[in-house]
Amino acid sequence: MTQVGVTVDGVAYRDDVEPRMLLVHYLRERLGKVGTVVGCDTGNCGACTVLLDGRSVKSCSMLAVQADGREVTTIEGLAGPDGSLHPVQQAFHENHALQCGFCTPGMIMAACDLLRENPDPSDAEVREGIEGNLCRCTGYQNIVRAVRAAAERGAPTVSPGTSASPATTTAGAS
Amino acid sequence: MTATTERPTEAAEIGRARNRKEDAHLITGRTTWTDNLTLPGLLHLAILRSPMAHARITNVDVSEAAKRPGVIAAFSGQDFKDEQGTIPCAWPVTEDMVNPGHPSIAVDQVNHVGEAVAAVVARSKAEAQDALEAIDVDYEPLDPVLDMEAALADGATLVHSHIDSNKSFTWTFESGAAGTGAPIGDALRDAEITVHRRFRQQRLIPAFMEPRSTVVQPVGDGVTMWSATQVPHILRTMVALSLSIPEHKVRVIAPDVGGGFGGKLQVTPEEFLTTLVARRVGKPVKYTESRSESLLSAHHGRDQIQDITLTMTRDGTFTGLDVHLFADMGAYLRLVTPGVPILGAFMYNAIYKIPAYRLVCDGVFTTKTPTDAYRGAGRPEATFAIERIIDEAAAELGLDPMELRRKNWIKHDEFPFTTVCGLTYDSGNYEAATDRALELIGWDALHAEQAERRERKDPVQLGLGISTYTEMCGLAPSRILGALLYAAGGWEHASIRMLATGKVEVVTGSSAHGQGHETAWSQIVADQLGVPFDDVEVIHGDTQSSPKGMDTYGSRSLSVGGTAVVLAAGKVIEKARRVAAHMLEASEEDIEFADGTFSVRGAPGTGKTIQEVAFNVFAAHDLPEGMEASLDADATFDPDTFSFPHGTHLCAVDVDTETGRATIRKYVGVDDVGQVINPLIVEGQVHGGVAQGIAQALYEEAVYDADGNLTTGTLVDYLVPSAMDLPTFVTDRTVSPSTTNPLGVKGVGEAGTIASTPAVVNAIIDALRPLGVSEVPMPCTPERVWRAIQEGGAR
Repeated sequence: MTQVGVTVDGVAYRDDVEPRMLLVHYLRERLGKVGTVVGCDTGNCGACTVLLDGRSVKSCSMLAVQADGREVTTIEGLAGPDGSLHPVQQAFHENHALQCGFCTPGMIMAACDLLRENPDPSDAEVREGIEGNLCRCTGYQNIVRAVRAAAERGAPTVSPGTSASPATTTAGAS
Repeated sequence: MTATTERPTEAAEIGRARNRKEDAHLITGRTTWTDNLTLPGLLHLAILRSPMAHARITNVDVSEAAKRPGVIAAFSGQDFKDEQGTIPCAWPVTEDMVNPGHPSIAVDQVNHVGEAVAAVVARSKAEAQDALEAIDVDYEPLDPVLDMEAALADGATLVHSHIDSNKSFTWTFESGAAGTGAPIGDALRDAEITVHRRFRQQRLIPAFMEPRSTVVQPVGDGVTMWSATQVPHILRTMVALSLSIPEHKVRVIAPDVGGGFGGKLQVTPEEFLTTLVARRVGKPVKYTESRSESLLSAHHGRDQIQDITLTMTRDGTFTGLDVHLFADMGAYLRLVTPGVPILGAFMYNAIYKIPAYRLVCDGVFTTKTPTDAYRGAGRPEATFAIERIIDEAAAELGLDPMELRRKNWIKHDEFPFTTVCGLTYDSGNYEAATDRALELIGWDALHAEQAERRERKDPVQLGLGISTYTEMCGLAPSRILGALLYAAGGWEHASIRMLATGKVEVVTGSSAHGQGHETAWSQIVADQLGVPFDDVEVIHGDTQSSPKGMDTYGSRSLSVGGTAVVLAAGKVIEKARRVAAHMLEASEEDIEFADGTFSVRGAPGTGKTIQEVAFNVFAAHDLPEGMEASLDADATFDPDTFSFPHGTHLCAVDVDTETGRATIRKYVGVDDVGQVINPLIVEGQVHGGVAQGIAQALYEEAVYDADGNLTTGTLVDYLVPSAMDLPTFVTDRTVSPSTTNPLGVKGVGEAGTIASTPAVVNAIIDALRPLGVSEVPMPCTPERVWRAIQEGGAR
């Protein structure tokens, strides 16, 4: 067992984990952050994408212990405390950029990072930016439209360092 | 005391591009995917899968696995052989169809790579998976059976040693014998021109984004099952029939389901095995597949060889169509495996007037993953074959392929039109959709550019492809399903409940998994009952709260399930009219209903809203004599016939003749899906459908090696397209309302997939025809296109 201290969606956690535990499994199974999902086992689909210190990572492709001392933002932490949607979430809704919604958490997180790097992307740049996230429902067209719409609205960068709550230890550490 | 919300009367909900109700929880991660579920005492199942395509199992030793940390129990097929029954096949397409039976877990033989051979249940998923390594299985290899034609030859290795052939069935339709057209023999004999081709529908994998997952909780002598399924109602009945659990003790819940595309239209070995294990250990058990397991063991789609012959007069009038299919069943028959090619059988004649037609289909067993429904299910295959061979026929005749289509298609003033298959197409306008598509893509300018680039021998050649498709949707009239030997009906159920406060609950037997039923059904009910969109709640996907249904597939939800909603609403209005008449002290015949208000004819301003009526019914202080105190109604709709969406899709492709790379430059789809409830949802369905059809044309193929191993078993190798691999689609619609349902709708879920594949491949061939190329097998990868160019040039 190895100890990991990580802030997720503004809450600080400290847990003992198996060194082999993937970040996505830590999020889902230990923290109950099931909004982040697993879609493949080869790092291709991007459904598990979260932000690590504001940058997108595939949480199936890193270990929980590698997140020690870092700040993770998941789809569940993106909306404001009052429930107000992040502009990317709002744009996905308004542009019908999701159907079944399974790829959506990862797609939205990837789009947030894309807009951080390039606040005014072209269609082609959006397509390139979300290339690592697969969607089987939409044919991507409305996703591209949504990301451009969010850009026009001036989507704010999701920055780490928002005030974290006191450290929490999840029950039943094993 | 009624709670009403003002609703502007001018704003009809039907036809409005409403943003979806479904989105709120999906964009915030507040989801209920089956794998998200936890229950007290929940155990986790891992499955050991066969690495052999075809082998006898001589021994399975799970004893070491059972001792591993966290393991509760380990099982082989022997442990369940007496109680596992068989995975059901609901569509025996011929009286003499051979069904070898399909165990959930192999007992003495494995017949495809990925078949379950052992299982471990443990306290955690990791412990269950770790313990699989301790299981010993002894296999005695048999030869794999991979090629359909070789499988049918004398002396072929038998997939199933207990049946005497690799053929499951031969299904035949012939228009002369059926009395729906002329004899095919005459057409073949008298043909002035005969064009024959062989097309290969490669094996595809539905590749829904949410891997399959199921949780089974034993409850008394029954079970509650959560599953990532398209078909909770069918699943419930099949669990009851196959595992001998009384149906009323089985509850199936489909919570959030992440896509299906036919791939979750199934009753799976994993669902049954999880049930068997959960009942054995008396605890709730969860099984969630990995993506690799999904690609290997969830059913595949397509995989047909199509031998097609088109006969014509010298002027290009079609006289006959003769088709022989070999359809790869894979190792077993699943829910509708044999029926998939038969759904396509009535679509080869497509939008054309063809006087004589025959289709013969051989269903063949191989040692591969079973096939079953994948978006379009039989109809994309049919549409591809006819749309491709028409281009070949045009080339042989020296005619423009669009002119050949126009010459033979059903004209808009010829509807309703009964086809050579005996189906009556109710409405359509192929001319209008085609003209609009030609205009949108700039067909003439593209042709001029093509001529110019051919002239100067541009290394990147331009190709223009056409697909003028139709499909049969709205599965399905129960009477026809019965005639085709399908075991169940094709009706759909809905109920509507008006609550005391005027809010409305709509229960539907359709089970959405991305289609937007909650939004569309709310729009329908808002218009029917004159209530606000936000006052409608749609309930689905749980056999306890939505007890009757036939679920979601075959572009059936709106035309069949939506119609059931309309019929239920009509009954609610009639009940309410009686109460309103009583409240207004008028006779029922004098009560008008408009925009949610009942009023006495000729006495405006006297009305009672439907919400006021609902509260009156709830209070029940003063109801008409004999009236029950409930304002709700059930309806079941069974369609008389199918619906027939159609459209014209056009594709312009740049083909680099030096590298073989084909790049879609422009894609236009004009679809006629009848009336549209929500244009946003319809457009989204077309986009996603076109993407999957393009994927068949250019990217995807499930490949088996000579030993029967799936070599495209991860998303590294199975090329689900990314945003970089697809163009921007230009879409538009024409509207020829269906005349066979009150909404005038036709269905859109499969249209794009059916339409797009031949448009893309026809474009590639069109680019290369001057180079002597008349065929490129799908997927048209750069290597295959390049090879076709080399072979064409060598002629």
